[in-house]
Amino acid sequence: MARSLIHLPANPRRGEVVEIRVTLAHAMETGYRPDSEGRLQPRNIVTQFSCHFEGQPVFEAQLYPAIAANPYLAFSWRVAGSGSLSFRWEGDNGFVQAETVAVQAT
Amino acid sequence: MKLRYGWPALALVVLTMPGAAPAAAAGAAAEPRRTGFEDMSPALQAMQRDETQNPAMLWVREGEALWVRPAANGRSCSGCHAGAAAPGGSLGGVATRYPRFDATRQRPLTLPARIDQCRQQHQQAAPQGADGPELLALAAALAWASRGQPLAPDPDPRLDTWQQRGQALFRQRLGQLNLACSHCHEQRAGLRLGGALIPQAHPTGVPTYRLEWQGPGSLQRRLRSCLVGVRADPFAPGADEALALEVYLARRAAGLALEGAAVRP
Repeated sequence: MARSLIHLPANPRRGEVVEIRVTLAHAMETGYRPDSEGRLQPRNIVTQFSCHFEGQPVFEAQLYPAIAANPYLAFSWRVAGSGSLSFRWEGDNGFVQAETVAVQAT
Repeated sequence: MKLRYGWPALALVVLTMPGAAPAAAAGAAAEPRRTGFEDMSPALQAMQRDETQNPAMLWVREGEALWVRPAANGRSCSGCHAGAAAPGGSLGGVATRYPRFDATRQRPLTLPARIDQCRQQHQQAAPQGADGPELLALAAALAWASRGQPLAPDPDPRLDTWQQRGQALFRQRLGQLNLACSHCHEQRAGLRLGGALIPQAHPTGVPTYRLEWQGPGSLQRRLRSCLVGVRADPFAPGADEALALEVYLARRAAGLALEGAAVRP
């Protein structure tokens, strides 16, 4: 049950610099915490995030075990025009979450 | 930052606690009443206010999606409860009116318990308890639909004995540290426990996204974590004691605004 929140201005102007905010629901289990039986819980984190606009990279990040659960990222983007922004999170155990948001530039 | 019980300074506080503490007002909470939100740092308040930064919104949105999604037997919440869980919809304000008195079982019914019961009866879902993933999401969506509205728990006189029991429990010393809820949350509310400010314990923001938990939790979970903090045996899930405390806390906080997607440290 992966979920994400993606926020950006509704109708940005072409050439304007906008802030994109994304939150992903993910446990970000560090691999260092014991469970109630004392056994280490296996690591389960998001390792890679990327955002592309029509195939062109906008932002990429690598995530590590010290990052809290439900990682929140905010980054800037100069609006290149109308098109689709694609967001992709990848993580341990083959975790993949992909989202696409249509941008209608004015 | 993944501490299970982040209360290392509690023992120190106990050492400095005088034997005869100043008596707080019996019955109602000390005035002026302050919610936990008002006592948070400006940064955390901003995080809660801003829907684009608030991690609790993940559960609100999930709950809103669950609300209209048919269960295995084809029935969805919105099928019976017409009007979405949107503010102004027929369910706006519902979250403020719990706990209510359940006439069939002759005991209080909290909002998560009500959702659980409804899901079992009408969707043939398995019981989850207040901290089940779907229950947390639905409770968050309902709290969001009622945000800003004053808490108005059920005034049914049959809940009065539960309220009194809860009030007695609130003042009863518990655990190895021998502390009652009222010692911190009335007599020392507004002071600090280690680095954390002690709130007045008004349940205006449930379910709560706690940064310490790195996830949302019910009021029952919050009570359990306080009990573990004073090194008492936590109440069993759905125990009468927890219910009585919930009734008392809700009535004590009556009139304060429900926060919706609440964030706490």
